[in-house]
Amino acid sequence: MIVPALACIALLLCLAPAGAWLAPAPAGRGVVYGGCLGISAATLLIGLVSLGAAPSLMTLPLGLPWIGAHFRLDPLAAFFLVVVGLGSAGASLYALGYGRHEPEPQRVLPFYPVFLAGLQLVVLAADAFSFLFAWELMSLTSWALVMAHHREPGNAYAGYVYIIMAIFSGLALLLCFGLLAGPTGGYTFAAMRAAHPTGGIAALALLLALIGAGSKAGVVPLHAWLPLAHPAAPSHVSALMSGVMTKVAVYGFLRIAFDVIGAPTVWSGILVLAVGGITAVLGVLYALMEQDLKRLLAYSTVENVGIIFIGIGLALAFGANGLPAAAALGLTAALFHVFNHAIFKSLLFFGVGAVHTATGQRDMDHFGGLINRMPKTAFAFLVGCVAISALPPLNGFVSEWLTFQAILLHPDLPQWGFKIMIPADGALLALSAALAAACFVKAFGVTFLGRPRTEVAAAAHEADSFSLAAMAAFAALCLLAGIFPGVVIDLLAPVVHAMTGTQVPTQLGIAWLSTVPIETARSSYNGLLVFLFIAASAWLTVLAIHRFASRALRRGPAWDCGFPDPRPQTQYTGGSFAQPIRRVFGAVVFRTRETVTMPPPGDIGPARIEKHFSDVIWDVFYAPVAAAVWTASGLLNHMQFLTIRRYLGFVFAALVSLLLMLALWQ
Amino acid sequence: MIQALLVQGVQMALVLALAPLLTGLVRKVKARLQRRRGPSLIQPYRDLKRLLGKEVVLAENASWLFRVAPYVIFAVTWVAAALVPTFATGLLFSWSGDLIAITALLGSARFAQALAAMDIGTSFGGIGASREVMIASLAEPAMLMIALTVALIAGSTQLSTIADYMAFSAVGLRVSLALGLVGLIIVALAENARIPVDNPATHLELTMVHEAMVLEYSGRHLAMIDLAASLKLLLYISVIACIFFPVGLAWGYAIGFVLYLAKLAVAGVLLGVFEMSIAKMRVFRVPNFLGAALMLGLLGVLLRFVSEGM
Repeated sequence: MIVPALACIALLLCLAPAGAWLAPAPAGRGVVYGGCLGISAATLLIGLVSLGAAPSLMTLPLGLPWIGAHFRLDPLAAFFLVVVGLGSAGASLYALGYGRHEPEPQRVLPFYPVFLAGLQLVVLAADAFSFLFAWELMSLTSWALVMAHHREPGNAYAGYVYIIMAIFSGLALLLCFGLLAGPTGGYTFAAMRAAHPTGGIAALALLLALIGAGSKAGVVPLHAWLPLAHPAAPSHVSALMSGVMTKVAVYGFLRIAFDVIGAPTVWSGILVLAVGGITAVLGVLYALMEQDLKRLLAYSTVENVGIIFIGIGLALAFGANGLPAAAALGLTAALFHVFNHAIFKSLLFFGVGAVHTATGQRDMDHFGGLINRMPKTAFAFLVGCVAISALPPLNGFVSEWLTFQAILLHPDLPQWGFKIMIPADGALLALSAALAAACFVKAFGVTFLGRPRTEVAAAAHEADSFSLAAMAAFAALCLLAGIFPGVVIDLLAPVVHAMTGTQVPTQLGIAWLSTVPIETARSSYNGLLVFLFIAASAWLTVLAIHRFASRALRRGPAWDCGFPDPRPQTQYTGGSFAQPIRRVFGAVVFRTRETVTMPPPGDIGPARIEKHFSDVIWDVFYAPVAAAVWTASGLLNHMQFLTIRRYLGFVFAALVSLLLMLALWQ
Repeated sequence: MIQALLVQGVQMALVLALAPLLTGLVRKVKARLQRRRGPSLIQPYRDLKRLLGKEVVLAENASWLFRVAPYVIFAVTWVAAALVPTFATGLLFSWSGDLIAITALLGSARFAQALAAMDIGTSFGGIGASREVMIASLAEPAMLMIALTVALIAGSTQLSTIADYMAFSAVGLRVSLALGLVGLIIVALAENARIPVDNPATHLELTMVHEAMVLEYSGRHLAMIDLAASLKLLLYISVIACIFFPVGLAWGYAIGFVLYLAKLAVAGVLLGVFEMSIAKMRVFRVPNFLGAALMLGLLGVLLRFVSEGM
């Protein structure tokens, strides 16, 4: 199936010039997004078909001379092809309607299909050169899309930080592959796999892979670009960057850690578990502090990447100790969460895009009461919020539940490091799930509920039908994956089998379509029954009450303890909603301080409360590096204004010292 | 099969029938300790009947979510309560959700409750919702850590299996279980809006959490929410009873039922006495209280090895 997959990529690349040419015409949008929708749907089908099939290979005479470009479609690539295809099909459908509001389509249409092609190419690449080429293609086209609205304040800075982090990520991966290729220079993954890297080389390569792929995925402390770059792009691209590109980065890590290097080690399990737990909690805490809806979603992506890495860390930990069944469960949980997050994060970005189109704002404190003006968008967004908060009966709960089941297997591990690390990760996972619920109560409650806080919110209008169709499809998928998790787990089985050598028991044969990851006496969950029970008991209650008790209803002013205030400013804002949690966690994590300035008695000036709030990660990791680069470039600045003799002198000195070194070396 | 279905049906009806009585008992105990006569034990039933018969007064800008939420909260809590073994362990559908799923179902109910509180757009709704999620952000992980402790000891997250294990195996006195029990009681107090975390009978608006969230509700909607709150209290007591005091669950339905009533009565009296003997906390002391529960849960997991090693 590799040929049709590559053909899809070629078609996408052909759409780019068409997009550039047709961009000024209204038809351009239809051609590009419609074409991308069709091709992505084909990719999705190819991925689904190849999930259980044998790997297929292809070598094209492209890229480095005499080496060629290698492509391979195995179960792992097929699963991520499904994720990429699904995410890009949804985003393209959404963009058919959303793209109408794009002021400068010529800045988006040529890059969008190439970005999709880059995402798919990363997944299919089977040698270091094509992988890095595809990786950079993905980075650069997404950078171009981030810069589409470069005149808006902050976007140029976002693009700047993004391109630096993208180069950093590419550099780390380049070094990683350089180590794995070894002195013989086997650039294909097959050659690297056959070389069985061990010891220090493998350790360093894994660390570089974690840095390179992790900075693309948004692992703390390498996440700094996500909340800047994801919101700056148009919403359908934000959805792709958050929902799909971070997953492709996870793919990169999985490919290197489980396939190319193989043989997981104990220390890598501990490292990934630590990184995952910290990423999950810090990501959601940052998200809770945000008022900008798109930034909130970007930080929440950081949280979910943390949850995925917890699952991967569990798989590494169990794999290192020769417990393949438990490793398979951990990896299944991680991949299930990859799938889930791609769906609900895209859905949420679509919703925010619809709100942005309707109001021109992204700050939730400008909204309120949108549920009345945009009922369909509100419902779809609500489904996404429930799913991402890991609440049953939707899909987010299933993957976190599976992660907990894998955590419960940790007493089998002999190392004390894991015996302390994994329960601590369990606590961090539980904490991040609970905080995510708080975060999305805030996001939905402040945006869609209450009374409109501004004129624009009061005059908002419902999104177009293409956008609504995309949101409805993804909301339905959230529910379906939540009540039929067995289908997803069975689809993941060949992938997990290829990576760990075994798989979670087949789910579809189990009575009542239950999910039983290990055995029935240990744990089981039935999303379908839970959903049916809830629906049936709610429905019966409504019927009984309306039949036998009262059904009278009267509208009146809000009660509000007898003193209703008609001004919408008296409502809770995003900042005030998060204040209790900021007080509980913020002192440690963000070093928040609140200063209250009261006017002296007799003065009728307003009292003020100011919150000070610092990003510790930025201060510790980024600010010193930036300051050092700044100082160094200031010092080197003198070099720019030398005379020609001095430059010639430098050249001569460099030549002599190099020759000296060569002589001494021998 | 038929019998199991019947037991499951009886269980669902039983939790619904007993929940208001438990609330009435706690109120009665508190009243007697204050040297008041207090309302009769069946006053909660009368309140429910009265509320169900009244018309609903809905705020002008209330959305559909506000009207749907009470039924969702009630149904979700009821389903969660139906999954907890009360008087017998052989529930037909107990495998459709384990202790983690029950915790998460209660989380779903809270999510709906907090959203409904924000729907009218009053400051009381906002204050209630924001404090509720702050409390939940610590109580829920604490609950999950306690579930982890118990599941590691019993080798299962299924409540039926846990109850059987606790009843039949020589579990003995374990440090982890003691920590888990203390932690679970703290979580139960917080989740059910009891003193010292919240006051179910308060009329001082700024100290309310749960009551502030339901301020705008009236009539049948309020009845549903009150019934769900009673069910939640019953659920937590049932969970504590079935994990830590599983006595009688396997001795036949009649004995199990009588013992279950006795457990509920003891728990209700203890709760009343506890609430009367302690003052409500300032809201920003609550995180310390719940943080202790979270730490107890984590310690319970870690100390399991210590207690096993001995």
